[in-house]
Amino acid sequence: MSDTGSVPLFRMEGVSKHYGGVRALEDATFHCAGGRIHAVLGENGAGKSTLIKVMAGVVQPDTGSLHMDDRPVTFRTPAAAAAAGIACVFQELSLLPDLSVADNIAITNPPRRYGLIDRRAQRRIAEAALARAGASDIHPMTPVRDLPLSRRQMVEIAKALARDPRILILDEATSALAAAEVEKVFAMLRQLCSEGMAIVYISHRMHEIAAIADDCTVYRNGRYVATFATGSKTDADIVEMIIGREYKNVFPPKPAQKPAGAPALRVEDLSWVGQLKSISLDIRPGEVIGLGGLDGQGQRELLLALFGVLDGVTGTVEIGGKPAALASPTSAKSGNTAMALIPEDRKTEGLMLPMSVRENLSFAALGRLSRLGLVDRRAEAAAVDEMMALLKIRCDDTGQAVASLSGGNQQKVVIGKWLLTRPRVILLNDPTRGIDVGTKQELYQLLRRLADAGAAILFYSTDYDELVGCCDRVLVLYDGAIVRVLEGADITERNLIAAAFNLRDLDQVPA
Amino acid sequence: MSADWRHRLAEQRGLLLAVGLFLAMFTLYIAKHPAGLTANVASTAANKGVLLALVAMAQTIPVLTSGLDLSVGMVLVLTNCLASRIVVGSPAEVALGTSAVLAVGLLCGAINGAVVVYGRIQPIIATLATSSIYYGVALAIRPAPGGDVATGVADALTGSLPGGVPASLLVLVAVVVVVWVPYRRSVLGRAAYAVGSSEQAAFMSGVPITRAKLLAYVLAGLLSAIAGLLLTCITYSGEASAALGGTYTLTAIAAVVVGGTSLFGGSGGAIGSIFGAFVLRTIGDLLFVFDMDALWQPLFLGAVLLVAISLGSFRLLGVRNRLELYR
Repeated sequence: MSDTGSVPLFRMEGVSKHYGGVRALEDATFHCAGGRIHAVLGENGAGKSTLIKVMAGVVQPDTGSLHMDDRPVTFRTPAAAAAAGIACVFQELSLLPDLSVADNIAITNPPRRYGLIDRRAQRRIAEAALARAGASDIHPMTPVRDLPLSRRQMVEIAKALARDPRILILDEATSALAAAEVEKVFAMLRQLCSEGMAIVYISHRMHEIAAIADDCTVYRNGRYVATFATGSKTDADIVEMIIGREYKNVFPPKPAQKPAGAPALRVEDLSWVGQLKSISLDIRPGEVIGLGGLDGQGQRELLLALFGVLDGVTGTVEIGGKPAALASPTSAKSGNTAMALIPEDRKTEGLMLPMSVRENLSFAALGRLSRLGLVDRRAEAAAVDEMMALLKIRCDDTGQAVASLSGGNQQKVVIGKWLLTRPRVILLNDPTRGIDVGTKQELYQLLRRLADAGAAILFYSTDYDELVGCCDRVLVLYDGAIVRVLEGADITERNLIAAAFNLRDLDQVPA
Repeated sequence: MSADWRHRLAEQRGLLLAVGLFLAMFTLYIAKHPAGLTANVASTAANKGVLLALVAMAQTIPVLTSGLDLSVGMVLVLTNCLASRIVVGSPAEVALGTSAVLAVGLLCGAINGAVVVYGRIQPIIATLATSSIYYGVALAIRPAPGGDVATGVADALTGSLPGGVPASLLVLVAVVVVVWVPYRRSVLGRAAYAVGSSEQAAFMSGVPITRAKLLAYVLAGLLSAIAGLLLTCITYSGEASAALGGTYTLTAIAAVVVGGTSLFGGSGGAIGSIFGAFVLRTIGDLLFVFDMDALWQPLFLGAVLLVAISLGSFRLLGVRNRLELYR
């Protein structure tokens, strides 16, 4: 632990938090001091979000204690933490889209006169907060709904500042900002810091942390790893600390030879409203191609664009050498295109939860399983049985509601539903999120079997292990563009992280 | 500052649309009316319009929290039946009876709110159930149509003031000034918009969600009871009519939508609903002065409703990620 010479304003000791069987935080420690900027680092799922949710009173820890000014405190609600002087700018924005900027900034504690909200005073508070956040160009009466994401983040920061906090937590608060705006935010943070505020800064952008933070704390798998002064460790050391662990080999062997033949999917110069920037790629039958990078760099949008969900996509897409107009999911899954997308959220985009396992499995392929508009029950039953056996879906009866299945089995139903359409190109959007290790392993085997049978697979995962273990090639996205292509032995967790943070080469980064 | 005005206009677009639609239709109505704008014509039109406007205001507040109150029509019927029994006699008795009727409205609203908030039952089914209960109570109070109401009060509230201004319109203005305006500017009023806009974000911002929702249903009950009193004054009697309650509930929802309040909650307001109610009421009157069969009324009502709400959907044309259309 570095000796910063200051008294901790906030201290957290031995904090644990479990969600069901999942350990989000285990015996975690954290200190921060007034007048310093403290960065929190870790992989997706390392416990950073839970840590700040505990600090902000959004979740209650199972064990452990919180102290402010060396006095024990408990925060039962976000309002209690706010009253104690902790303001948080969350990653998932906490703005009310229908309300105006001024309404939003004042929402936690609106100024009152005779019991009613004083709109003039509110206007003054909002203007002052926006000015303090360096965003006085935003009109306080604009509905938040009408602002682009980057402006909303500035409103979110102004909202936190309007509470005049002692501790300001920024969780990925700069993720939607361009470099010039980030510079303005940094200048503002340094100013606040010099006024004695404690700032907790969470970011995946390593160069930002190097530029702004005084101290760093690393978490891994919900556990505290180390705290050190920025600049006392090399980037390479920090990445080692963030990864830390060894992983067991649960992945099927990759084919030694690159499959020959014409690409099944070819994408040229694909762009979409500033969120996808000139993406080109091609996938041969038999290849498993990964999409890497930090969460939210355009991976989901790329898959949605290919599946015809987005309007206004430019560029060309060829399937089996023929241009494909990807107008809608219906056309994307149809005959010649034969594409399938395993969506991100199985509960809303993948399954009709109250309907039966059988109905869910046959849904996407009903065109093939029906005659004259009537479902051929026998063909449907045969197709469903085939998938139940292939994917080893465990349920008592195919007539039971799919909602009653475990997460892993639900995900198998989503996959089975798309396999029944006999796709030639399979897009997967983080398919192993929230499912158990055993099912994950079955899924990895399945992907390889499908590829060997001639499918072209494009696979986005937030889990770097999976990309290393499953993929023949990984395209790393950053800010909507492919910044690095890793192939063969170059696909390592270390390289993936370096590329994800858009560091050119780890070993050459000066300490 | 011109930017301020631009934002104010944008914020009130739904309301302005409803006001414009109403003014156009009402001008046409008066122009075609054989008697023109006499005090009598005005107060008849106002009485019918104000009644629906009050129920529409009642509906607006739960809708703003992205809830719904299917019992507003039945609270109207219940308080109508109650008023036809107890708002009679000496001035003191009338005052006491009026207070009791309003208190019953508040109680009905509180029950709705408690079932929705503490029972965690979907508002649409919770209030469907309670509406049936309220109707049952109304039937018990007044099994057959009849009753009476203090004539002096009734005439004062439904007639014309000197100068031809309909008295019921003043009642409506008073309700707006005493109930709606303070509510709109209160913290719990703001909280209602916040809850309807995004309940998660409201929670994360430390907004008093529970109290905001409770109050929304309580106020809906109160406004429905005021409408019930007015109905009693217009008809001089009470009737436990299921058809009346149902019609008012559904027409009030239509009025809320025409007035520019989103059924998803978070935006709009009661003033818009008032004009929405006036628009829907004027359709019937228009058919009358154009000598068209009253049978056409539902058809025209539906057409106007469709046109009015289509105007609000234009922004969906700009959505680039089609998944967002289904959220």
